[in-house]
Amino acid sequence: MKAAAFDYVKPDTVDQVIALLQTHGDDARVLAGGQTLMATLNMRLSEPLMVIDITGIAALRGIERRGDVLRIGALATHTQIEESALVKQHAPLLTEAAPHIAHRAIRNSGTWGGSIAYADPAAEWPACLLALGGTVVVQGPRGERRIAADDFYLGLYTTALAPDEIVIAGEIPLARPGQWHGLSELARRHGDYAIVGLAASAQRQGAALSGVRLAFMGVATTPWRARRTEQLLEGKVPDAATQAMAVASLRAEIDPLPDLTNTPETKRHLAGVLLQRLLASAHA
Amino acid sequence: MADLHPLHVTVNGQAHRCSIAPRTHLVDFLREDLGLKGSHLGCEHGVCGACTVELNGQIVRGCLTLAVQADGGSVQTIEGLSQSGVIRDLQQAFVARNALQCGFCTSGMLMAAKELVETRPEATRAEVREWISGNYCRCTGYHAIVDAICDVLRQRKETQA
Ligand SMILES: Cc1cc2nc3c(=O)[nH]c(=O)nc-3n(C[C@H](O)[C@H](O)[C@H](O)COP(=O)(O)OP(=O)(O)OC[C@H]3O[C@@H](n4cnc5c(N)ncnc54)[C@H](O)[C@@H]3O)c2cc1C
Ligand code: FES
Ligand code: FES
Repeated sequence: MKAAAFDYVKPDTVDQVIALLQTHGDDARVLAGGQTLMATLNMRLSEPLMVIDITGIAALRGIERRGDVLRIGALATHTQIEESALVKQHAPLLTEAAPHIAHRAIRNSGTWGGSIAYADPAAEWPACLLALGGTVVVQGPRGERRIAADDFYLGLYTTALAPDEIVIAGEIPLARPGQWHGLSELARRHGDYAIVGLAASAQRQGAALSGVRLAFMGVATTPWRARRTEQLLEGKVPDAATQAMAVASLRAEIDPLPDLTNTPETKRHLAGVLLQRLLASAHA
Repeated sequence: MADLHPLHVTVNGQAHRCSIAPRTHLVDFLREDLGLKGSHLGCEHGVCGACTVELNGQIVRGCLTLAVQADGGSVQTIEGLSQSGVIRDLQQAFVARNALQCGFCTSGMLMAAKELVETRPEATRAEVREWISGNYCRCTGYHAIVDAICDVLRQRKETQA
């Protein structure tokens, strides 16, 4: 199908975007990589009167180290993150996750900010942001706000972003020596959204783990942290006994939503399999 | 009715100036306005890869890119790549390996394969499979396509050595 007619503007600054959002309200949509928005327009799931193309705003580009965080601009593409030496050094979980996002032609256009803002519960970037304890930087008429990833995802495709705000960057604390991370996901075909996925991080204290964060994809209305199981793992060596205990805890804690082909029971089982695999890799 | 927007774009090395409705996506512009019918449309939601073209040196989904977004940029389609000869080895390998039957997917496959052999000269067979799994082919079963791309990776490495 083809998109319905709309007006198109390509502002140069974030302030212009915010002014346009305030004037046009729900009749307007922000266009970044377009890899989700264009599909919904083509299928006429959405018929905005105005499309605001933000890809001309230089201030939203770039990946840089700022103090003790890695700041990734909203317009950094999935491919740029995949190939960035800075990301590999300071947030290697993202380097590992990037190839799981769709396919190359889509990664060349799709953006970090678009994925964070769209908030698909099965998408990689929101889960990674949560697993790494990241922060979403947004800008609106009242200036800039920083929102912890933990507080950003509120419900299905629903975030703490106000209608007249946009995501301008996402910040990740720099990986410290001894940081462990892992990503594992099951998809029907490489590049498809995860049926169930898990992004995890922790600090190594000798052979033990501390500060464990387990962020699951594809199980809830938002990316979801298994907090009880995280706590259970605190200070533990992830040996076979701990793995078994953690998997049992997770399966009791998790309450997955079904999708078209997988029941909650299947997803509960798969989540445990992924956790077991990642903990085994942390122990190796 | 939304206003037309000016579009200044270089396609296969040739500059074009025109006006276009913002809702027109890149492949409809190439096919309908410029008559370049080598890029195809299958799903129009990013899944099949038949519409893959190069924009500013990188492959993109032509159905998920607005033509106005190509303003000031440069586009390569299968017509341009064929004429310039940069993918002659890929085209020959596709023929030699019987990697195309109806040919509907072939322009997108070649576009994707070009970026693969240029950016990942060391790609393994498994990586080739993963890469082209973003392009649907209804005829070949993929095996022949993977064979053809692996042939070219090997040949290019040999001529480099
Ligand atoms: C076939 C296919 C397969 C895919 N598979 C995966 C996958 O496996 N994993 C995955 O994670 N993703 C996948 N995607 C989605 C892809 O990663 C998108 O690029 C991403 O979800 C959206 O980013 P975008 O830049 O393309 O945003 P757009 O499509 O431009 O926008 C998406 C939404 O976010 C809003 N938005 C965009 N940028 C901002 C901003 N800076 N501030 C506020 N709002 C904003 C838009 O208004 C819109 O509502 C897939 C897409 C396709 C077409
Ligand atoms: S037509 Fe663009 S991906 Fe199918
Ligand atoms: S050759 Fe027919 S679709 Fe691929």
